[in-house]
Amino acid sequence: MALSTSSNFAKPDDAFRAVVEAHRGLSDEQSADLDAALVLILANHIGDLEVLREAIELARRRMVDASQQQQQQQQ
Amino acid sequence: MAQQSKTQFGYRRHPDQDRAVTDPAGHPVVVVGAGPVGLSLAIDLAQRGQPVVLLDDADRIGEGSRAICFSKRALEYWDRLGAGQRMVDKGVVWSVGKIFHGASQLYQFNLLPEQGHKRPAFINLQQFHAEAYLVDRVRELPAIDLRWRNKVIGLQQRNDHVVLTIETPDGPYPMHAHYVVACDGARSSLRQMAGAEFAGQVFEDQFLIADVRMTAEFPTERWFWFDPPFHAGRSALLHKQPDDIWRIDLQLDPDADPAVEKRPENVRPRIARMLGHDKFDFEWISLYKFQCRRMDKFIHGRVMFAGDAAHQVSPFGARGANSGLEDAENLAWKLDRVLHGSSPEALLDTYHVERSAAADENIRESTRSTDFMAPGSRQEARLRKAVLSLARETEFGKRMVNGGRLSVPSTYDTPLSTADTEAWRGGPVPGASIPDAPLGARPGGPTFLTEAFIQTGTRFTLLAFANGAAVDPPDGIGVIHIGVNDGDLVWTRYDAEPGTAYLLRPDGYVAARFRHPTRAALDTALARAAGIN
Repeated sequence: MALSTSSNFAKPDDAFRAVVEAHRGLSDEQSADLDAALVLILANHIGDLEVLREAIELARRRMVDASQQQQQQQQ
Repeated sequence: MAQQSKTQFGYRRHPDQDRAVTDPAGHPVVVVGAGPVGLSLAIDLAQRGQPVVLLDDADRIGEGSRAICFSKRALEYWDRLGAGQRMVDKGVVWSVGKIFHGASQLYQFNLLPEQGHKRPAFINLQQFHAEAYLVDRVRELPAIDLRWRNKVIGLQQRNDHVVLTIETPDGPYPMHAHYVVACDGARSSLRQMAGAEFAGQVFEDQFLIADVRMTAEFPTERWFWFDPPFHAGRSALLHKQPDDIWRIDLQLDPDADPAVEKRPENVRPRIARMLGHDKFDFEWISLYKFQCRRMDKFIHGRVMFAGDAAHQVSPFGARGANSGLEDAENLAWKLDRVLHGSSPEALLDTYHVERSAAADENIRESTRSTDFMAPGSRQEARLRKAVLSLARETEFGKRMVNGGRLSVPSTYDTPLSTADTEAWRGGPVPGASIPDAPLGARPGGPTFLTEAFIQTGTRFTLLAFANGAAVDPPDGIGVIHIGVNDGDLVWTRYDAEPGTAYLLRPDGYVAARFRHPTRAALDTALARAAGIN
């Protein structure tokens, strides 16, 4: 696995807060625009398609989990 | 805006039509469709010594400019066919593209930033001019029998030949052919007769093409706009053609009414806003949707498909006509060898292997360009907006903007190649097309490598760099000797050291390369490249 999922920040809370605070005062639409730009900037910085694909896969797993949970609740 | 045909040809009855139905004429190869691909293929085969029957159901060329961008690779091919210089003399040479977002320029690119190539990155030339020059070249070659108003209406595959039924103004007649090549365009009737699948992706967006006549001072560059002030929320493209004709391409809404959009009174104000004046006349207006698709197999029995008949792409990237010409150059030498009996029929299979992979690449690239121009979802549009705004400030953003990635020849992953076994830092890999380079002083001789390849006979050729151990080239192949006097560029472009040798295929692709060639290694590589195992 090329994607690092161990904790890379000395202070992870600072990193999380930095992303949260970037969205302060933005509408949902603006937030979505910000995220789109941020994803592309970070993806370019990583500069490794294999890492990017693994990150996408890890992120998408949440969508699958969420829809499975929904189905289970409906049953 | 009456569009008259540029060239009209007469139907002439051929003696084949006077033969008894039970005793039809037989020909080694019949090419169907006298467009750029069919004409080029016929010329290539004829120059290799094959008699060719070339059939076309019409008797004229014309009908708007259609394809307009011809690539460096296409020009190098036409040079080999003896038609390149007229194309370049008439065409508009360009290599710079500019991308605009709104009213301002995002960035510009140069498709051929280096010197030392005989041909430019691209010329713009109306397809009817290209076809007319190719027809002129055909007329110089007695081996080509070009029959206008000969429409193939029946096709039957037999074990060792194909039976065609051809309709003419004098009625139908049968013909036998060892091989048939269908170059009869996107709506190929031969493809339907062969019962071949032609599936792919349909794009809903509509585009309007207008060729307008005006005298203007725009530079000879490809200009592409995202969300221009004159066409809000959509994309637009401007290209110069010869004869004071300008190609304008406007993206329309998917639900725009074609009949309404096409009316000159509706097109005119939009283009006047784009140009800043209305001193222009319409030559041609056309509205189109497109598909990206290809045939599963480019070969059906003894019938081979080339050009739009085999594959279709979106027009952004100039990958339609140029890839069709690459089909022709790929097929001609293989068909010639098989008809001569110097290679087994299996060599033809590599036409499908190599060119269907190229079609996949072209479809992938042009689909990406189209998706970028016409985002399919709100999030896709949002990501594109992010790229366009990042492009103003960052290099990586500029590189992500996709206003059409322009046609470059594919590198073939093919059984005809011999894999590298030595260390290379550059140069064309096996399966890649040969880059041009200037050659040094050769009195009366070629000044470019592409010219040397033609003068050596456009066949299997050894490109031999000087000052290595001497090796006898295999019989029957051409040799181009490169010396130190030829200058650094050719040595650099081929990552050459003393004694380096490249084995080139007859279509100008690399079959194998060696730091220290031996006769045995060359023989093996040559046999492999010729499909002889």
